Amino acid sequence: MLNLLMDPNTQWVLFGTTLLGITSGVLGSFALLRRQSLIGDAMSHAALPGICIAFLITGEKMMGALLLGAGISAYIGTYCIQAIVRHTRLKMDTAIGLILSVFFGVGIVLMTFINRLPSGNQSGLDEFIFGQAAAMVSGDVRVIAIVAVILLVITLLLFKELKLLIFDREFAQGLGLPTTVLNGLLMTMIVTAVVIGLQAVGVVLMAAMLIAPPITARYWTNRLDHMVIISGLVGALSGGLGTFISAPITGMPTGPLIVVSACTLFLISLVIAPERGLFVKAWRLYQLRKRTAQEQILQSLYERTEEQYEKTETIDAFSREALEALRPLSDFRFKKAVANLQKSGDVEAYKNGYSLTLSGCERAHRVTLNNRLMQMYAMHELQFASLPMEHYNWDFLSIPEDDRNSLDHLLKEHQLQPKLLHRLPETERINR
Amino acid sequence: MNPITANNITVAYHRKPVLQSVSFEAPEGKLIGIIGPNGAGKSTLLKSILGLVPKASGDVNIYGKTYRKQRQIVGYVPQRGSVDWDFPTSALDVVLMGRYRQIGLFRRPKKNDVKEAMSCLEKVGMEQYANRQISQLSGGQQQRVFLARALAQNAHIYFMDEPFIGVDAATEKAIVQLLSELREQGKTVIVVHHDLQTVKDYFDWVMLLNVRKIAFGPTNETFTSDLLQKTYGGKLTFLDQKEEEGVPFA
Ligand SMILES: Nc1ncnc2c1ncn2[C@@H]1O[C@H](COP(=O)(O)OP(=O)(O)O)[C@@H](O)[C@H]1O
Ligand SMILES: [Mg+2]
Repeated sequence: MLNLLMDPNTQWVLFGTTLLGITSGVLGSFALLRRQSLIGDAMSHAALPGICIAFLITGEKMMGALLLGAGISAYIGTYCIQAIVRHTRLKMDTAIGLILSVFFGVGIVLMTFINRLPSGNQSGLDEFIFGQAAAMVSGDVRVIAIVAVILLVITLLLFKELKLLIFDREFAQGLGLPTTVLNGLLMTMIVTAVVIGLQAVGVVLMAAMLIAPPITARYWTNRLDHMVIISGLVGALSGGLGTFISAPITGMPTGPLIVVSACTLFLISLVIAPERGLFVKAWRLYQLRKRTAQEQILQSLYERTEEQYEKTETIDAFSREALEALRPLSDFRFKKAVANLQKSGDVEAYKNGYSLTLSGCERAHRVTLNNRLMQMYAMHELQFASLPMEHYNWDFLSIPEDDRNSLDHLLKEHQLQPKLLHRLPETERINR
Repeated sequence: MNPITANNITVAYHRKPVLQSVSFEAPEGKLIGIIGPNGAGKSTLLKSILGLVPKASGDVNIYGKTYRKQRQIVGYVPQRGSVDWDFPTSALDVVLMGRYRQIGLFRRPKKNDVKEAMSCLEKVGMEQYANRQISQLSGGQQQRVFLARALAQNAHIYFMDEPFIGVDAATEKAIVQLLSELREQGKTVIVVHHDLQTVKDYFDWVMLLNVRKIAFGPTNETFTSDLLQKTYGGKLTFLDQKEEEGVPFA
């Protein structure tokens, strides 16, 4: 392996695939946000006839000419899609499917024809179908490098304009930005990013390089600039990894391996990403359920005790049935929550049921109070519409005094103030 | 000089006429409502004034010059549903977009721009949400972000497309407050509006539009039952004071 890495040829190839991973990651972000990822698929397939025609004209495998041919026919394909959508009743997805298959079909026919020609026997155009990074020579990589640098510099310079164009085109136009020019430029840049990846990744899978890195990046950030950078890095890493794995194995197509690497990174992000990752989501849900079960038991206990104290001025333990009548919980959750509440010293278990401890009573008081204030808030939402509850994390015990006073007043009106905590005589609180 | 003079504006989408020969002169420093049924061409009228849709005929002057020359004094609040709120960006970032012209091509926003944008967020009571991703804002908060972006444009004339749609009571109050502040500063505000109940409270002038301009003038002269009937046809059923007067709306 190490030997292989020392080989200058492999180094060139690695450099090339990394670069095109970056460009497709960066421009793929824009394509994704414009919901044009699938146009990328059509673009790459539509490039095939252009490659063949360029070969037929030049008679040799000159990378510059092939890429130019690819770019032109990809551009024509994209234009056709937009023209179809604009001038016929066909929808975008149909237009994409149509252009993709027609151009790809023509490309395959031309390629078969070339392979039958005496000069085309070893044309090596086949590598454009699934990509063959090992076939890249230093000259090819230089072309890729120059194009990549141009694309990245333009992106950097026009970043905020491109952002506004994608987010709100009409507002951009109202500001006086040349939206038609910018739009055409962005389209051209995406076509270019697709075209320079064709040799290594192939027309069939190139679209995946426009899609996988940005959707991976989206999991890690809520900012466009970060998304573009992360997407570029993911693209680079996938390009590098795919090449690295495929290089030592003769005849191993690089494209699929690069795409598999990118998809693996995506799957990893899907699971472990902060905020949106499945793992964090599951953990949050678990925590929420745990806390909710505890709070429900506390509130039920509080309400039962409150009710009984009103009548008899005694404090009893309450059976599970009495609590479940207020807020039913599954067997598993109930036992688990009670065990946790016992551990934290909020609840004690007796022969005939459960009872609040003093600290538990205080905690239950807060929970009950908060829930009842919430009830008042919901009843009189219009009156409190200006209260930024989200800002207070929906904790009604921390809102400004004025609002709190009016909520308290409502509680009194509805006779819902939690009374237990303040009624318990000192002795009862301690000695039960 | 009038802030907006529109002459014979006609717009057609695929040959379907959406606006026909609309002409009007808007007075300065007034809150102007545009009302009319769905599909009447209200949004299209705003867009044609702003040069966002091609006109089949007509021209628009802003303080006597073409819109192109006057862009810097015009602010725009598009319909909230016209953008993707899942876009990876923050409230502050959206407001900064209102200053892209001042910032200039190729440049990045400076401290000063950020400060300006923050103060616009403050004016709509959204400063605490500056760094919130826009998909995590309520509909009313998103609308206020759009308003703040228009304020950041620091314009003399504002066009707002249905800013009251789907917003909470707090936002409605904030917008009304903002509109009257803008008027006090002598700015002209044109608002596409759908709630006939509030027209009299909110607007000094009103345009009734249904493909053609039915009427345009001070609210108390224009917002009358027969003109409304002409605009909406027989569809109107709820105007309370009309019912009290016993004018039947089937
Ligand atoms: N981009 C468009 N292409 C084709 N028709 C459109 C387009 N935008 C609006 N329309 C049509 O023009 C008419 C007026 O639309 P609009 O100005 O949005 O009405 P309003 O804002 O008053 O509800 C509607 O019939 C609508 O279907
Ligand atoms: Mg509209």
